[in-house]
Amino acid sequence: MSGRHFAALLRIAALALLVAFLVAPQAFAPVFAPLTQYGAPPIYDQGNLLSLALAHLGTVCLAAAASTVVAVGLGILVTRPSGAQFLPLSRTLVNIGQTFPPVAVLAVAVPLVGFGEKPTLIALFAYGLLPIFENTIVGLRTVPAAVLEAASGVGMSARQRLRAVELPLALPLILEGIRLSLVINVGTATIGSTVAAKGLGEVIIAGLLSNNNAFVLQGGLVTALMAVLLYDALAGLERRLCRTVRID
Amino acid sequence: MITVENLSKQYGAATVVDDVSMQIERNSITVVVGTSGSGKSTLLRMINRLVEPSGGRVLIDGKDTRAEPAHLLRRRIGYVIQGHGLFPHRTVAENIATVPRLLDWDAARIRARVEELLQVFQLEPATYAEAFPHQLSGGQQQRVGVARALAAEPALLLMDEPFGALDPIIRAKAQDDLLDIQCRFGTTIVLVTHDMDEAFRLGDRVAVMSEGRLLQYDPPAALLTRPADPFVARLTGQAERAMRLLSLTTAGEAAVPGSSTGPAVPASATLREALSELLWCGAESVAVLDAEGRPRGRLTLDLILARGRP
Repeated sequence: MSGRHFAALLRIAALALLVAFLVAPQAFAPVFAPLTQYGAPPIYDQGNLLSLALAHLGTVCLAAAASTVVAVGLGILVTRPSGAQFLPLSRTLVNIGQTFPPVAVLAVAVPLVGFGEKPTLIALFAYGLLPIFENTIVGLRTVPAAVLEAASGVGMSARQRLRAVELPLALPLILEGIRLSLVINVGTATIGSTVAAKGLGEVIIAGLLSNNNAFVLQGGLVTALMAVLLYDALAGLERRLCRTVRID
Repeated sequence: MITVENLSKQYGAATVVDDVSMQIERNSITVVVGTSGSGKSTLLRMINRLVEPSGGRVLIDGKDTRAEPAHLLRRRIGYVIQGHGLFPHRTVAENIATVPRLLDWDAARIRARVEELLQVFQLEPATYAEAFPHQLSGGQQQRVGVARALAAEPALLLMDEPFGALDPIIRAKAQDDLLDIQCRFGTTIVLVTHDMDEAFRLGDRVAVMSEGRLLQYDPPAALLTRPADPFVARLTGQAERAMRLLSLTTAGEAAVPGSSTGPAVPASATLREALSELLWCGAESVAVLDAEGRPRGRLTLDLILARGRP
């Protein structure tokens, strides 16, 4: 069996495992039973795991969409001659978003917007900006000078050049930034449950509060599997989209 | 016709192009030569306004180039650069179609034009239309670059060291192709190079630049026989000037009636090549053959040598 077939098989197995667990968690009760004490339930029973996982994914994707719009927009702005002066400021802001711990963002955001999904979205949005922003800048800056010169030389306006030449050539790196940002946030989003956002963090927190290791492990494993599968799927999508974009 | 009037470019205190005036005839090839930093590329880029002049102006057929937005002007002017600058994410056909698309040609007309250009540049459409630039050889990439520049049938083609990245054999082929293209489409060409052989081979007129100034603007033979400046004489090469002069005339032009028992050369060969043939064979005269291989006349050693004197 070749490496590629093995990888495909592994992928399908992981996905099947995840779906099976989310749809019929009780079937896995014997696996988790040894981790519980005093007859505690081995499978999370305070909510539907599937709907929690979907809510989790939804929050992450929404935050990533917002991060993408802002980070790519900023990246385009600061690589234009007219916007170059905003590069240091933008970079500082985006860096703060990454270095300021998401938990601290939640603490600041809750008094402003209340409990629930909103503070989580804000924290994830801020946390996810940096990889997309930096990759957009690198992608746009590494378009070969001769290609840019040719684009202007054939009579493209600045806008046409950006749309038809610069963005398509920067796309592989931009997508990679989005992928990084998404995957980091699948893990990070678990903290949203501390402020009552619906998500897989709920399972982990419930396990910690009731000293039930089975819950902690379930929440962690489902989150990790989602992150790995998402990373893999996006990498595949990138390869498909960017097969033709090769700069020699 | 292109009129360059008192064109200047300053970057801060540095003057890159200094008060250059010249007239470029329609349907001609003008070659601008100079050492690096002579301002020759800047001069070229001021014609299509990739560089905005600090002073002076450029008229194309009497019309000031500043009369319309720069990107619209550039769609009417072909532009070829060293290293071709093909769009790596677009196929060969899409690259060639760039300007026609910007000009909103209809799809059928674009397709026909792309097909025609691929044929002209000896790139089999079935094989190459859907290929990506990285799948082509250097010479093919360069040809696609020229095809892209010619796609919208521009009357004027600007070329900035277009053959600089090619090896000598492919370069000679590309130069021949360019002369054919110029005959075929009647395009006015302005070409920048630092290669004197290229300038003599292609140029109807040659402009010599140094330190931003235009030192001499004449037909190639005049640069050799009447250099306007010691720099021009140095650039054209004192040691080689007789040979260069011979290379400007073809055997067909210099042949006289008569027959020869010596080696044969085609009428399209230069006198330099005919002389080389004479020296190699130790003969006194060569037979000159026309394109069909029929005798057209002869050339003697004395005749050739007389052509190598100013």
